[in-house]
Amino acid sequence: MALPRMNNWSFWILPFAFLILLSSLFLEGGGPNFGWTFYAPLSTTYSNDSTALFVFSVHIMGASSIMGAINVIVTIFNMRAPGMTWMKMPLFVWTWLITAFLLIAVMPVLAGAVTMVLTDKFFGTSFFNAAGGGDPVLFQHIFWFFGHPEVYIMILPAFGIISQIVPTFSRKPLFGYASMVYATASIALLSFIVWAHHMFTTGMPVAAELFFMFATMLISVPTGVKVFNWVATMWRGAITFEIPMLFALAFIVLFTIGGFSGLMLAITPVDFQYHDTYFVVAHFHYVLVTGAVFSIMAAVYYWLPKWCGKMYDLGLAKWHFWCSLISVNVLFFPMHFVGLAGMPRRIPDYALQFADFNKWISIGGFAFGLSQLIFLALLIKACRKQGEPATDRVWEGAEGLEWEIPSPAPYHTFETPPVVK
Amino acid sequence: MSEQQYEKYYVPAQSPWPIVGAVALFLIAVGAGNFVIETTKGKDGYGGWTLLAGLAILVIMLVGWFRDQIEESMTGMHSNQLGRSYRQGMSWFIFSEVMFFAAFFGALFYARMIAVPWLGGSSNNAMTNEVLWPGFEAMWPLVKTPGGTTTEAMGWFGLPLANTVVLLISSVTAHFAHVALEEGKRKQLTLFLGVTILLGLGFLVLQVEEYVHAYREMGLMLTSGVYGNTFFMLTGFHGLHVTLGTILLIIMFFRVLKGHFSKDNQFAFQAASWYWHFVDVVWVLLFIFVYIL
Repeated sequence: MALPRMNNWSFWILPFAFLILLSSLFLEGGGPNFGWTFYAPLSTTYSNDSTALFVFSVHIMGASSIMGAINVIVTIFNMRAPGMTWMKMPLFVWTWLITAFLLIAVMPVLAGAVTMVLTDKFFGTSFFNAAGGGDPVLFQHIFWFFGHPEVYIMILPAFGIISQIVPTFSRKPLFGYASMVYATASIALLSFIVWAHHMFTTGMPVAAELFFMFATMLISVPTGVKVFNWVATMWRGAITFEIPMLFALAFIVLFTIGGFSGLMLAITPVDFQYHDTYFVVAHFHYVLVTGAVFSIMAAVYYWLPKWCGKMYDLGLAKWHFWCSLISVNVLFFPMHFVGLAGMPRRIPDYALQFADFNKWISIGGFAFGLSQLIFLALLIKACRKQGEPATDRVWEGAEGLEWEIPSPAPYHTFETPPVVK
Repeated sequence: MSEQQYEKYYVPAQSPWPIVGAVALFLIAVGAGNFVIETTKGKDGYGGWTLLAGLAILVIMLVGWFRDQIEESMTGMHSNQLGRSYRQGMSWFIFSEVMFFAAFFGALFYARMIAVPWLGGSSNNAMTNEVLWPGFEAMWPLVKTPGGTTTEAMGWFGLPLANTVVLLISSVTAHFAHVALEEGKRKQLTLFLGVTILLGLGFLVLQVEEYVHAYREMGLMLTSGVYGNTFFMLTGFHGLHVTLGTILLIIMFFRVLKGHFSKDNQFAFQAASWYWHFVDVVWVLLFIFVYIL
């Protein structure tokens, strides 16, 4: 990293920040009781005192994120190896660059939002209080100006991971590299002008609803470019189905389902029906669990031999994949149906007719959770250095600097910059 | 590029300061949180002391971190690449600060252009006005809130204008100081840097004066509805940034007196002066959108 000490600082802040957030659960009156979106007035008028700790822990987490992101950007701008031109960079690096930019742009806005919550609750300001000329909807605008880029912060690195894995196991270069880069950048830029699609039912003027509807639907264009490119990379490739590739394929299919339900939600008049139902829950779990989380698992299976120098237990890995794949769909797919039938989110009780679907959702939930114990067992075995030694290249079709060095990588990987031809 | 040798990567020595800094921020966050609860709810506790302890550790950490850093820099351990990393890092940090102010400017614009007019019945909100806030008239500055709190609007003439002039001049003197450094004119450098610091301190004094006037004579307070909120939060956070900028400049002043910085080794000075120009630009925007318009 370009600024290693700052990186260290941003790392150490995180456990402390989470400690504060968790400890607020034990305060008098209980922990923050308004969900992760902390909408006003839930977080202002109706919250308990632990809100103050919530606010300050979010502040220092934000500082940590900003420092980390600055480090990523500066490293990529300034420390690329000689010969590593912009359009030669691995896509994972590109997506991280753009993600880091989004982080620097929106974390300060979140800091502003929590600060206003703090002063509204404790110091008598009325940013989100109509009696003083403010508006609770203003909170949602500021929050989602942060929140929408934030979900892309979670998914863009996933796109990068998939763009590394698919070419490796298709034994073909990534199809449409340049269009991948431009698509990622377009998604990031569009993410700044779509936030109000989370707020279609708050009573915005029709012109605003239309604008945010069309802007949101535009995002499906660069996202479609990506899915197309992944599929085109596999086209006529010599594909093998190692574990990372299995997760990557599951990602492409399931993320696309999440993408399509997102497109449905983007349509304003339809969203009036779907808003705050389980359909939304199904949508964001398909993009974040079978999307972001599956890509993280794919990445672990892809790079784990490089990290610890040993090949992991392939039997366990296969069990993990198939159990996860089946259970995650049992868990989230029925949510589409109960949502369309009108089951609301965030309400602990539901009408009787939803009971059967909810039974399956619960079974899927437990099964998915238990499947992760297999993953845990596999990781513990890998950390204890059990298994076959991994070769430097690990995968036959792997390309890139990390595969040129021994597994595990030496301390300080490179002392002088390697030359990229 | 066959046999060319490249500069070695800069690998700094191990440093305890990052984790000390994390502990400091932990104490600051816990302390500030409890302090806020205790002062506003009239409870007893150690929030204030925790906050002070955190701040003290933070100061110790900063002094230690910068001392190590300056020593490494002065003994020529830093590579050119690291110098570029520092400059780019500082620019991105300033960008993040811009976005922080953007959140509050956004709140100001939303309250002024949307929330207040809607409460006054514009667009399709006639019933909101009739039923919920009868008799409320939309206006800006919002000197009478829908809830009935009244206050006075802060004019732009007089103190705020004087402050604008002070800060703009300080930006120019900061620039002159930088030019003097580039040309190796140490006396001018010290002089202009000193003047910049004095102007910064002057700005802060006038700002305090303005706040006292607002609270005592105008009844314009943080609690005076959304006009007072945006006024004090925007100018207050700006004031905090000016304070930080002034502290940075004072540190630079003492380093200049010790003979630090040259044409080629001046990152810290540059960073402080960029930061100073940034707070000036924010002030100009504040002056236009908070005071004049």
